[in-house]
Amino acid sequence: MQTTVASGWGIFMTELFFRFLIGGLAVSFFAALGDVLKPKSFAGLFGAAPSVGLATLALTASSDGRTYASMEARSMVASAGAFLLYACLSSRLMMQFEWSAAKASITALIVWFAISLSLWLALLR
Amino acid sequence: MRVSLHLLALRQTKWYEYAVRFLFGGTITVLAGLIAKQYGPTLGGLFLAFPAIFPAGATLVEKHERERKRKAGIRQTKRGRQAAALDAYGAALGSVGLLCFGLVVWQLIPAHNLVLVLATGTMAWTIVSILLWRVRKSPGWF
Repeated sequence: MQTTVASGWGIFMTELFFRFLIGGLAVSFFAALGDVLKPKSFAGLFGAAPSVGLATLALTASSDGRTYASMEARSMVASAGAFLLYACLSSRLMMQFEWSAAKASITALIVWFAISLSLWLALLR
Repeated sequence: MRVSLHLLALRQTKWYEYAVRFLFGGTITVLAGLIAKQYGPTLGGLFLAFPAIFPAGATLVEKHERERKRKAGIRQTKRGRQAAALDAYGAALGSVGLLCFGLVVWQLIPAHNLVLVLATGTMAWTIVSILLWRVRKSPGWF
């Protein structure tokens, strides 16, 4: 029984490691693409690239099945809507209120969380 | 406005800035998986559209633009913030593409090949984002 628990823990940690590695690589790749492209408004498209989605869905579909991954993708649609409002607010905070990029983009995360969770409670739970 | 590639821009970013993005991206992906395991895929799936790239990207855009101006002898400048705001505007357009990616995967993944579905979703994101960017840039847009 101890061997079963240990091997279960080992599989779990291996899965986490691969999630970390693939997620990190996906985000880094799209971020680097954004760095090398101009104009800035075009490069900004890559700030909303499906990096975390690609990494997670590929791993989730393999480990938990495609129906499970489909449910995650459905939630992703809702939080992508929250992302749109988040990005608009960040831009407005920087341009109109002259906030720094760090302050605006981090503060606006509150809006992303609030909208995503509200949509989850209202439509997805 | 023409889209251009500037590979030398990769040198502007320090190694630790790449490391931060890697660590942040990896952490968010792990978190999404853990939340899904603990609370279910509908809650964990929200984090698939978490702004993992944008905050660090916008901050770096502002920083590099300010450094560029400083090297040119211009101390006080709004250019950094303006460049970051443009980056945010692009991200807003890209998020519509991200929504399309989610829609495609949600509908197609249960019954189709995984790799093809993810490739189709990525293409949907690319096409919708670029089309929106092009339309938004055209003179007739109100």
